[in-house]
Amino acid sequence: MTGPVASGLRAAPGWRETRRRVTDRAFRAALLLAFLAAVAPLLLVLGYTVYRGASHLSAAFLTHSMAGVPPSSAGGGIYHAIVGTVEMVLLSSLISVPVGLLAALYLTEFGRGWLPRSIRFFVDVMTGIPSIVAGLFVYAFLVLGLHRGYSGFAGALALAVLQLPVVIRASEDMLNLVPDALREASYALGIPQWRTVLSVVLPTSAAGLTTGVMLAVARVTGETAPLLLTSFDNTFINNNPFSGPQSALSVFIYNSAQQAYAPAVDRAWAAALTLIVLVIALYAGARILARRSALRQR
Amino acid sequence: MTAEPISPTSGALRHRGGWWSGDRAFRTTTLACGGLVLAVLAAIALFLVVQALPAFRADSTSFWTTRTWQPDATPAVFGIAAVAFGSLLSSAIALLLAFPVAVGVALFITEMAPRRVANLLGYLTDALAAVPSVVFGLWGLYWLVPRLTPLQQWLADHLGFIPLFSAPQGVPSPSRSIFAVSIVLAIMILPIIAAMSRETIRQVDPQIKEAALGLGATRWEVVRTAVLPVSRAGLFGAVILGLGRALGETIAVALVLGISFDVNAHLLVPGKNTIAANIATQFGEAGSTGRAALIASGLVLFAMTMVVSLLARWMLGREARRRGASR
Amino acid sequence: MANRIETERLTCRYGEVVAVEDVTLSLEAKAVTALIGPSGCGKSTFLRALNRMHEVVPGASVQGRVLLDDEDIYHPSVDPTRVRRTIGMVFQRPNPFPTMSIFDNAVAGLRLTGVRRRAELEEAAERSLRAAHLWEEVSGRLKKPAAGLSGGQQQRLCIARAIAVEPQVLLMDEPCSALDPISTLAIEDLIANLKDRYTIVIVTHNMQQAARVSDTTGFFTVEGPGEPGRLIEIDDTEKIFTSPSNPRTEAYITGRFG
Repeated sequence: MTGPVASGLRAAPGWRETRRRVTDRAFRAALLLAFLAAVAPLLLVLGYTVYRGASHLSAAFLTHSMAGVPPSSAGGGIYHAIVGTVEMVLLSSLISVPVGLLAALYLTEFGRGWLPRSIRFFVDVMTGIPSIVAGLFVYAFLVLGLHRGYSGFAGALALAVLQLPVVIRASEDMLNLVPDALREASYALGIPQWRTVLSVVLPTSAAGLTTGVMLAVARVTGETAPLLLTSFDNTFINNNPFSGPQSALSVFIYNSAQQAYAPAVDRAWAAALTLIVLVIALYAGARILARRSALRQR
Repeated sequence: MTAEPISPTSGALRHRGGWWSGDRAFRTTTLACGGLVLAVLAAIALFLVVQALPAFRADSTSFWTTRTWQPDATPAVFGIAAVAFGSLLSSAIALLLAFPVAVGVALFITEMAPRRVANLLGYLTDALAAVPSVVFGLWGLYWLVPRLTPLQQWLADHLGFIPLFSAPQGVPSPSRSIFAVSIVLAIMILPIIAAMSRETIRQVDPQIKEAALGLGATRWEVVRTAVLPVSRAGLFGAVILGLGRALGETIAVALVLGISFDVNAHLLVPGKNTIAANIATQFGEAGSTGRAALIASGLVLFAMTMVVSLLARWMLGREARRRGASR
Repeated sequence: MANRIETERLTCRYGEVVAVEDVTLSLEAKAVTALIGPSGCGKSTFLRALNRMHEVVPGASVQGRVLLDDEDIYHPSVDPTRVRRTIGMVFQRPNPFPTMSIFDNAVAGLRLTGVRRRAELEEAAERSLRAAHLWEEVSGRLKKPAAGLSGGQQQRLCIARAIAVEPQVLLMDEPCSALDPISTLAIEDLIANLKDRYTIVIVTHNMQQAARVSDTTGFFTVEGPGEPGRLIEIDDTEKIFTSPSNPRTEAYITGRFG
């Protein structure tokens, strides 16, 4: 039956309709463009780093330091920087993970009241501290205030300040995923709270907690600014984080990149590639672990 | 009820020292660690103030307006006007560049991408946040700046009548300008804004979107009328978070920017400075007053980022409360 | 030991809200008491007050007395965790510990309160799993994860776990409501056997179940919206279901409301 209704649905579109259609298309195109604009830099940065750094990466590079090698010549390596990064990140995690986990337990097990709420609030605020301010703090407190001078430990302390809120937030999320029904089952058996946490809550959330720790570790492995002020830098291998300045991968890259000599810049790129591989391995590991734990909890 | 409670006669139910103190020790230990967070924040403020005092004493009146940075000279003349300006300028431009792209990405992933791919795309955009800032700085200096210089040249030649794009002494090659720095900053803050925006948009009530679709709205119109207006507070919070990140970024700026202490709005030529980059670059050579001055500027940066953080939390908290109330 | 529980004017609150008010009753030892009534009338809250689980919820409080063989379990000198070991609980949804095996779940209560010797644990596991009518089905796979069991088996495992610590009283909060009819029947059989050794209190929505398993039945309800729950009548099961004294009880039994 033809008539106004049928013709209304099948009529050729007026200019208004066309404009709406075109705007919608433009919108979708813009979104796609935005997405490409977001992914392109990632590929550019990673690609260029591989391009500039791969050819200068070698076993010798990874196992030698810059001792005796002036910036203008080729050769030398980042062994001392790797040692520094590994030691400092290990040290900072040793500090921030236990403290952060216990703090997160306080928030999840005793969560009501003004104190837990303000702690939670300030943990969020703490995630916004610029890394250089964390470095300034440890500098003002330890290096200058207590006259301890530059050291790997000072660097680790600055990294721990940055890691702490990340550990607390991630741990709190994971601990909250443990259903209250499990805690209740444990209490109903007459098991005290601390035992319940140790034997029921922690094992159930173990995979998720490990993920959070790995993310916190990955977060600080690439930090440069706080280390400039605390562990400073060193061309020699310093295996003792408690005395004397220590190099780090990030600091090495920063300093070498600003040298006027091509070999120094080449070394910076090779070190950057090493750092990226390390950080990506940590993040990827954390993601894989997170997927396995989520499956467990389904 | 006034009768005395009957005491357990058998004693089997009484507290034994062992179990009870276990729980008490647990509570005390965890409380101490939680309180440590507050203590650390307070300590940061305290130590920065204490170590910055000598600088304030040396040059108190003009700290906020002086542009030059000569704290170790006699007389000591330094102020944060130039570096604060640079921090704010570079962050503002970075936000301007990053925000539309971030929201676009967020909308793309939540509204346009097929369900299975959406997760993967999310990982890709989040991966940008994993790249260390020193690598961004390296890339910015050696890849972006040389390729950006011709563009900056073109802008100066054709749009030079606009003060922002003017280059009185020409655009050098390469041009390590605020323009280049802002682009690198924009790339670095993009994942943060995008992630928060995605969260906000994902939580928009699907019934509102269905109402719009039911009226015959196109995809764009649904977003315009149903999604974006409702997400305003959350998106704003995301922007503020990005701002905080940009203000605090040190290393990428220090590597890419050709530093100087002037205050002008010429985006395309090298010059200007930021608080954070200033601290990183001046630190090695600073004398005692110089160090105090740097710490003073760090205190200002700390205060700025704290204000920004609190603002962001407040905005995002408002969003959550509003959403909770409407349930 | 008589395992007798009495409450005197027990009132339970969540913050300011009174959930259940002024309940005075006496629960028979070595018998099954069922608590019935419509949703939201405070039966579960009352039950949880009997083993001091109610106070685990922040802001919750209790008034009145709960006496276990003439000892007030809410006396300040009493340790709540010891109360809970004497008065055990089985919940509505089966909640075995997900990271533990069947064996570990069964002895979890014992292990976490200090029992270490292998022989003792194995003996306790077999004893409680047999009592829960689960032993035949799992004896060959005790080390397998508990999460692999069916719903009915998981609930029986939770019952085994609860009785492994040898409580005097067993509280059951709608233990079958999340299970299929076959498992429900199995657990009702189980309850009939358990009452030789334990005092059992079971909250249930299912009147037929109450009629099947219990010796005594108590009826709870709310008088109107916003009112706290109250105990209306408690008597021999047969009497409640054939000739209740209170008209409200009769109205609920005959299905006129609830």
